[in-house]
Amino acid sequence: MIVLPETVDEVVVKLLRLANTRLSHDIGWALEAAAGWETNDIAYSQLGSIMDNVKKAEFLGRPMCQDTGIPVFYVSGSFDSSISEKITEGVRRATKEIPLRPNAVDPITRENSGDNLGEGMPIIHYRPTDDEFIEITVLPKGAGSENMTKLAMLNPSEGIEGVKRFVIDSVLDAGGRPCPPTIVGVGIGGLSDTCVEMAKEALTVPLDVRNPDPVLDKLEEELFIALNSSGLGPMGLGGSSTVLGVRIKKAFCHTASLPVAVNIGCWATRRATARIMPNGTVEYIQGGE
Amino acid sequence: MMVFLETPLDEKTVRSLKVGDVVYINGPVMTGRDEVHIRALKNIDEGKENPECLRNAVLYHCGPIISGTEGSYEVVAAGPTTSARMNSLESRMIEEFGIRAIIGKGGMSKDVGETMKRCGCVYLAATGGAAVTLAEGLARIEGVEWLDLGMPEAIWKFRTSRLGPLIVAMDCNGNSLYEQVKENLKR
Repeated sequence: MIVLPETVDEVVVKLLRLANTRLSHDIGWALEAAAGWETNDIAYSQLGSIMDNVKKAEFLGRPMCQDTGIPVFYVSGSFDSSISEKITEGVRRATKEIPLRPNAVDPITRENSGDNLGEGMPIIHYRPTDDEFIEITVLPKGAGSENMTKLAMLNPSEGIEGVKRFVIDSVLDAGGRPCPPTIVGVGIGGLSDTCVEMAKEALTVPLDVRNPDPVLDKLEEELFIALNSSGLGPMGLGGSSTVLGVRIKKAFCHTASLPVAVNIGCWATRRATARIMPNGTVEYIQGGE
Repeated sequence: MMVFLETPLDEKTVRSLKVGDVVYINGPVMTGRDEVHIRALKNIDEGKENPECLRNAVLYHCGPIISGTEGSYEVVAAGPTTSARMNSLESRMIEEFGIRAIIGKGGMSKDVGETMKRCGCVYLAATGGAAVTLAEGLARIEGVEWLDLGMPEAIWKFRTSRLGPLIVAMDCNGNSLYEQVKENLKR
C-alpha cells in the first residue's frame, strides 16, 4: 500500500494502528496452518477463538489485544536527529487516537504517565544506511511474552546442544503465560546485551522467509519440530501447536563465551514497516505482501 | 460440556464444574490484577474499607482498554492477563473476599489450586489475546473503582452478557489442566 506524503508522526500513528489492528499476513497464515495440523479439541477451540478475534479486530479497527505493549522502533536509512521527537509525538497521538492502552509506568512509584511515554521511552534502535529512504519498523511488545525473556551465558563446551536445550526449556517453562502458539526469537552470540537485542529483533523477521544461513535454518526447523511435539499447546492447555515459528539471529562472540537469549513473541506478534521515500510517499509493509 | 452461568455464583454451582467444561458468563464481573490485589490486602491489614463489589466476585485478571470518560465509558479491548503474577496474593484474596471464580490465562500455582479446592473457587481460562471477542461479552461498564491506579490496574465493574468461551482449567476437586499438560510434556 503506497500513500501520499505524510509527516513522520502521522506515519508512526498509522504504523501503530496497522500493527495493532491487523495481524501480519505471514502470522495469519501460520495460524491457519497450525489449525490444519492440530488434533486436540481444546487447542483447536483456542485457535478458533484467536482467528475469530483477528478478523473482528481488523473489521472493527480495534487493537486485537488489550496489551498494546511498549512500542519498539527500528529505524534505518537516511535520517537526522529530529526523527526521535517525531516518533515520540507519534506515540503520544496514537495512544489517544487508536486508542492504545497506556502501559508506561515509573518502575519505582508505578505511576502511569498516561501517554506511553516517560524516561527512556519510546525505545528506538537506529541503523543509518546509505539508502535514500527512511524505513521504520514497529514491534509493540506486550508484557506477557516479554516477561518470559531468558539469557544464558553458556560455556562454549555446551555447544549447539546446550543452545537447543536452553531454548526448549525456556519455552516450555514459560508454559501458557506468553500466549502460545508463540514465535520464538533467539539470539546466539554477541555480548549479553546484544544477544538479547538480537533475540528481540529476530521477531521482526517474517515467518515465510527462510533463514539465509543454512546452519541457523536447520536449527530453526529442529526447534520448531521439538517444540510442537512437546504437547504444551495453545495457552498451555495442551496440543500440538505450541509455536508458529522460530527465528534466530547470531553474531560473533568472545572465545570464552556462548551467550543465548530467548525473547518470545505471543501469537499476536504485532509488527508493521513503513518506507518513506525521498519524495515523501510512504509504502506500508506487513509480512509477505 | 457447555455451561451458562449467572453471577454472582454460589458455592454449589462452582463445585459442580469440572475441568474441560466450556463456560459462558452472564452478570457482574470485576477486573483486578497486580495493584488491586496489593491494595485490597493492604487495606485489610490496615483495617480500611474495600469496595463491596469484590465480595464473592468473579475476578477477571484483565487490564482493559477503555474509551470515553465517566458516564460514557466503553470497552475497546479486554483479554486476560497472565494470572501467575498474582500467585503469591491470590490465596488470601480468595479467603478474604470469597472469590468464586477467577478468569485469566496461563493458570495459577498448586498452592492457589489448593485454596480453590478448600474455599470453592474455579479458574476459567480465557483465550489470551482474544481481546475484541471477549470485549463483546463485557457488555456494559457499571462503574470503576481505584482509577488512580491507572486504566489497566483499576477495578472495572462489568455487566457481562455471554462472556466466553471460557474453559474450566482448574476445578474444586484439585484438577488442573495445566498440571496435566506439564506432567506429560515431552522435552
